[in-house]
Amino acid sequence: MSEFEPQIVAFFCNWCTFTAADLAGTSRLSYPPNLKIIRVMCTGMVDPKFVLKAFLNGADGVLIGGCWPGDCHYINGNLKARRRVANLTEVLKQFGIDEKRFWLRWIAASEGTMLKEVAGEMTAKLKELGPSPLRTLGKMAI
Amino acid sequence: MAKFATLSFQKDEMNQELSAFFRSMLENRAVDAVLAPMAQNNKGVRLTLVTSPAHLAEVDPFAPIAAVSGAKIASAITSRPSGRQVAMVLRPCEIRAVVELAKLKQVNLDDVLFIGLDCLGRYENTDFAKFREQGGTTEAFLENARAGKTSLGEIDIIGACKICEFPAADNVDLRLCALGAGNGNVFIEAVTAKGEQALEKSGLKTGAAPAGRDGAVKQLAAARAAARDKKFAEFRAEVNSFEALADKLAACVNCYNCRVACPVCYCKECVFITDTFRHNGEQFMMWADQSGMLKLPSDTLFFHLTRMTHMSLFCVGCGQCTSACPNGLDLMPLFRTCAEKTQARFGYQAGRSPDEEQPLAGFIADELVEVTGQVK
Repeated sequence: MSEFEPQIVAFFCNWCTFTAADLAGTSRLSYPPNLKIIRVMCTGMVDPKFVLKAFLNGADGVLIGGCWPGDCHYINGNLKARRRVANLTEVLKQFGIDEKRFWLRWIAASEGTMLKEVAGEMTAKLKELGPSPLRTLGKMAI
Repeated sequence: MAKFATLSFQKDEMNQELSAFFRSMLENRAVDAVLAPMAQNNKGVRLTLVTSPAHLAEVDPFAPIAAVSGAKIASAITSRPSGRQVAMVLRPCEIRAVVELAKLKQVNLDDVLFIGLDCLGRYENTDFAKFREQGGTTEAFLENARAGKTSLGEIDIIGACKICEFPAADNVDLRLCALGAGNGNVFIEAVTAKGEQALEKSGLKTGAAPAGRDGAVKQLAAARAAARDKKFAEFRAEVNSFEALADKLAACVNCYNCRVACPVCYCKECVFITDTFRHNGEQFMMWADQSGMLKLPSDTLFFHLTRMTHMSLFCVGCGQCTSACPNGLDLMPLFRTCAEKTQARFGYQAGRSPDEEQPLAGFIADELVEVTGQVK
């Protein structure tokens, strides 16, 4: 019986977290292949609908990675993202998806090792938590 | 310092008295127009924009009906302003929605004199018709509702009103007070300087607050708040998973009437009717392939979850969503329970103050540390 492999959809900002992922790669750091990375220019452009769509299609976790507050390439996109994540988390929490499955993390361009750690941590935690409650719902109810 | 004028009337002459008050506001140029609920030739009551004093005879402000949210009407009239002063007679939920819409630049508050009605509840539109058929009058409704009885035979006020904690309106210039009043009078309270001026122009003498007014409002608000907490607990116990949510929304056909009726859903073009959701055949087949089947129309849960994300921060609990659903979905508790959580997360209350910034309209550098859990 094969072990459950969580599917994590990851929205990484071009300037910081995506670059960190790149650095993790060039530094030959190993991390779980469970992340499906989508490059966005800024976490501020992550529409809550992208996250909703990911979960509704069965993603076990969603990770948004961006620049630390104060370092956003577009000044304050990450600050907007943080408020949006707080709002969306409150909505999803009511039905069973909470902060354990939906993460926002600041990972700077130079923090390749942090990216490895976050990816590893999220994968491990989701393996423990099990598949998303939306997987069993299937397309009957979407 | 609030000032109260008393309008006294014989039985069945309340609306005549109110009509005279509005007429004097027009005649004495306190305002150029009045927007008030008006009886429409035995076909119910609708907000009507009146510029001629002669046409105010059929006003019925306290009629227990709100066929459409007055906030949408206020937005229609003021978003591209006429420059003429309008007195708008609206219920508390409509005023609170107006406050949110003003912050969203959908309502212009400049040329409006807000007259807030005390509201003891409304009937659904079809129930109101039955109410009238059974000989129900607005005065009788007020009398009974004040004594705690809002039902008439099989019909009763809607669920949203039973749990509404705002029977009296804030953020208004004048209040039309039925709570704390007896069966032969109504009070007009001047809340702002603008309201006071308007009251003076109408020639009414003012005095101190009637005893019992404050107490009556507080008592009703407290009873409603208790009912609200009970309703929320019941709902949350029932709808606490996506499966339960999908069940609750099983009758939804994506007509989007709830969105149209919602006063704070203000997008002129909702994303759900744009090309983003005009999927092609290949996509439908692909999604059906993924799990073997696909319920259609699709994106039902997606729509409601998106609405919760987009507007629960502005939800004022008016219940128009439930009223509008052609398939009888009781959406109000879904949005109100969600709104309680999202608004609380930001310490925000929709409709509380025009000066209170909406949560997603701003941001600061140091806040919500718990979202990432990271400290530099």
